[in-house]
Amino acid sequence: MADAPTTPITQHDPMQAAHAIDESTGEIRQETMIINMGPQHPSTHGVLRLLLELDGETVIKCTPIIGYLHTGIEKNTEYRTWMQGITFVTRADYLSPFFNELGYCLAVERLLGVEAPPRAQVIRVMMCELNRISSHLVWLATGALELGAVSVMLYGFREREVLMDIFEEVTGLRMNHAYIRIGGVIMDLPDEGIAKIERFLTDMPARIDDYERLLDANPIWLERNVGVGVLSAADALALGVTGPVLRAAGVAADVRKDAPYCGYETYDFDVPLRTQADSYARYRLRLEEMRESMKIVAQCLERLEEPGPVMIEDPKVAWPAKLSVGPDGIGNDPAYITHIMEESMEALIHHFKMVTQGIEVPAGEVYQTVESPRGELGFYVVSTGEHRPYRVKIRDPSFVNLQAIPKMVEGFLIADAIAAIASLDPVMGGVDR
Amino acid sequence: MPVERLEGVRLGKTPEEIEEEVRRGVLLTSLDRAVGWARKQSMWPATFGLACCAIEMMSTGAGKYDLSRWGMELFRASPRQADLMIVAGRVSQKMAPVLRRIYDQMPEPRWVISMGVCASAGGMFTNYAIVQGVDTIVPVDVYVPGCPPKPEMLMHGILKLHEKVRTTEPFK
Amino acid sequence: MSSHAATPLSPSVLAERVRTRCPDTIVSRDEATSIVDRDELLETLEWLRDDDDLSLAFCSSITATDWPGSDPRLWVVYELRSMEHHHRLRVKVGLSEGDAHLPSVTPLFPTADWHERETHDFYGIVFDGHPDPRPLLMPDGWEGFPLLKTEELGGVNTRFHGAFIPPVDTRTAT
Repeated sequence: MADAPTTPITQHDPMQAAHAIDESTGEIRQETMIINMGPQHPSTHGVLRLLLELDGETVIKCTPIIGYLHTGIEKNTEYRTWMQGITFVTRADYLSPFFNELGYCLAVERLLGVEAPPRAQVIRVMMCELNRISSHLVWLATGALELGAVSVMLYGFREREVLMDIFEEVTGLRMNHAYIRIGGVIMDLPDEGIAKIERFLTDMPARIDDYERLLDANPIWLERNVGVGVLSAADALALGVTGPVLRAAGVAADVRKDAPYCGYETYDFDVPLRTQADSYARYRLRLEEMRESMKIVAQCLERLEEPGPVMIEDPKVAWPAKLSVGPDGIGNDPAYITHIMEESMEALIHHFKMVTQGIEVPAGEVYQTVESPRGELGFYVVSTGEHRPYRVKIRDPSFVNLQAIPKMVEGFLIADAIAAIASLDPVMGGVDR
Repeated sequence: MPVERLEGVRLGKTPEEIEEEVRRGVLLTSLDRAVGWARKQSMWPATFGLACCAIEMMSTGAGKYDLSRWGMELFRASPRQADLMIVAGRVSQKMAPVLRRIYDQMPEPRWVISMGVCASAGGMFTNYAIVQGVDTIVPVDVYVPGCPPKPEMLMHGILKLHEKVRTTEPFK
Repeated sequence: MSSHAATPLSPSVLAERVRTRCPDTIVSRDEATSIVDRDELLETLEWLRDDDDLSLAFCSSITATDWPGSDPRLWVVYELRSMEHHHRLRVKVGLSEGDAHLPSVTPLFPTADWHERETHDFYGIVFDGHPDPRPLLMPDGWEGFPLLKTEELGGVNTRFHGAFIPPVDTRTAT
């Protein structure tokens, strides 16, 4: 582990200065060792850097250092139109792109005072829940890989590929979809997409049973996870931790129930709870969440039998272009192109104005939350009534949850730190934005 | 003697060309080829996942796309054991010195694939935080476009790199 | 701890209750916002946190916005959430240019630690009494506060050996 490439602990690093020297005697402490894990380390879920002070193999002090993936997404959105903002926020937490898009679009819709049509809301819920499953699958795959279970990694990515196919069928992209738009979604589901989702719903329960058979009573898995990374409910709330980590400590906090959006109050689903608050409880909880998500997706499919518009009618808000699937993939609809290029000058002007200048959003501020796979994902959006956002702040759950690492790691073995971080499921794209 | 079955496509060598090859040293040319072939067949990529592209890189290594078909499934945790760095994702100003350091730790010969548009040119993130192209920090052999590139695209880039490695003649 | 049975206060009822202590409380787009003076921030937040009816004990987010040319120029924004009652309140504090400091709320909400460090990175606001005021997201030695409106989006000076790559808009094909 110490062999991993590291940024040198340089003289100006106050952490080193603070902990290598015993405060009472002023002498250099001999008995502890400081090691630097990351930012390029295979077991830190991306470019996370941990400064660990060790006494033997016990972690005495853990200092997370972040910012190695700081992308300036929030600043960038201030220089682009409202619609372009979607393409930026979707890349923040790249494992839950639909949630980012949804949170941002709901915030803008509230500023506009509009609501997407019912069918669009159902599609949004369905895509988000599928996304929750795919995100949990990556957590399962990478978390298990870090504890040495390579086969689970292969299984997790196998199932995720099925979901990636669905996403690609529906949105045209495997990741970073920009599918959910202000006022609805960009296009309706293709028939093949629905068929694929139905197949997925039939196949997946057996797969989750497989994971449970493989891991639930696996002695190594239990040894590495039970009682590891414990974070009590009180600590979690004080540190702002949300999502599965908080629910594994027995707090039933879920934005989908507490402040429903997109009609979540009309779906029948449970919020799984655990009380052990350790790594293993989080593992069990996430598997249960995947089952609950499938329940919601099944309900969505029933509701989708009723056709309807997927984009708001209001021409001042709706994206003007129509997309369709052609022989080379998803692209502009030929009929629409003919309409604006040959038939209607007004339509062409409208299209041009909407695409280049974009929509105008009334002045104001909102804070909109959605329940992402990692917890409360919030968007604080400020408008001054112009064609672009004045401020977009992403309250990413990974960022806040990561603060709990010292609490979960200090006093335990360094090997447990890996399991604890994995159970927290941080995504650095969301942490650093 | 050379044969020309299709117009402009010549197979085989003329006696003058063979003589020229002898003058250059048949043994050396063959060794070049042998080394190039061996290098291409046993590339060990370093894990250098940064952002979205890293997830696609992992997908490429996992079951469905299966990089092990080219003997590349073994992502090395230590750059000292790797000869290929796949820069998968946006490189921030804070990460740039680290990236260079990891590159410097890799033994020669080493290659770099810049995966995705952020690594290649900064992409949509034209701002204060992101290095506008990783080629300002390390030399890049293959650029793979896309945001993120599909696994097929990364595999295409890897095969292009294989071609480059195979035809490089290290002893000339 | 919390249950789904408790009914949230509607924003207007919530605002009515908060007004007993912070008169400058408004409701807009179904969200209640209180504007608090810097000197009263800690006591107000403590009251909001500990009051049984409000119990806004969960600090979701802290950030800021920048309004050059107006006074106060910077607004620090606290998003509070009640896990028991499922309602939310936004608390805002205005700061004048050249006087951008306010007390840290880390003693009340430990989660504020990183939020405040991030806000300092982005806007240069100083949180008095913060236990660990190092840069969080920006590299050590970074000059400037990138999210201020007066800062440009980016002329990108890569930090490696002084290489300079101009922003895309100004690059010329040579």
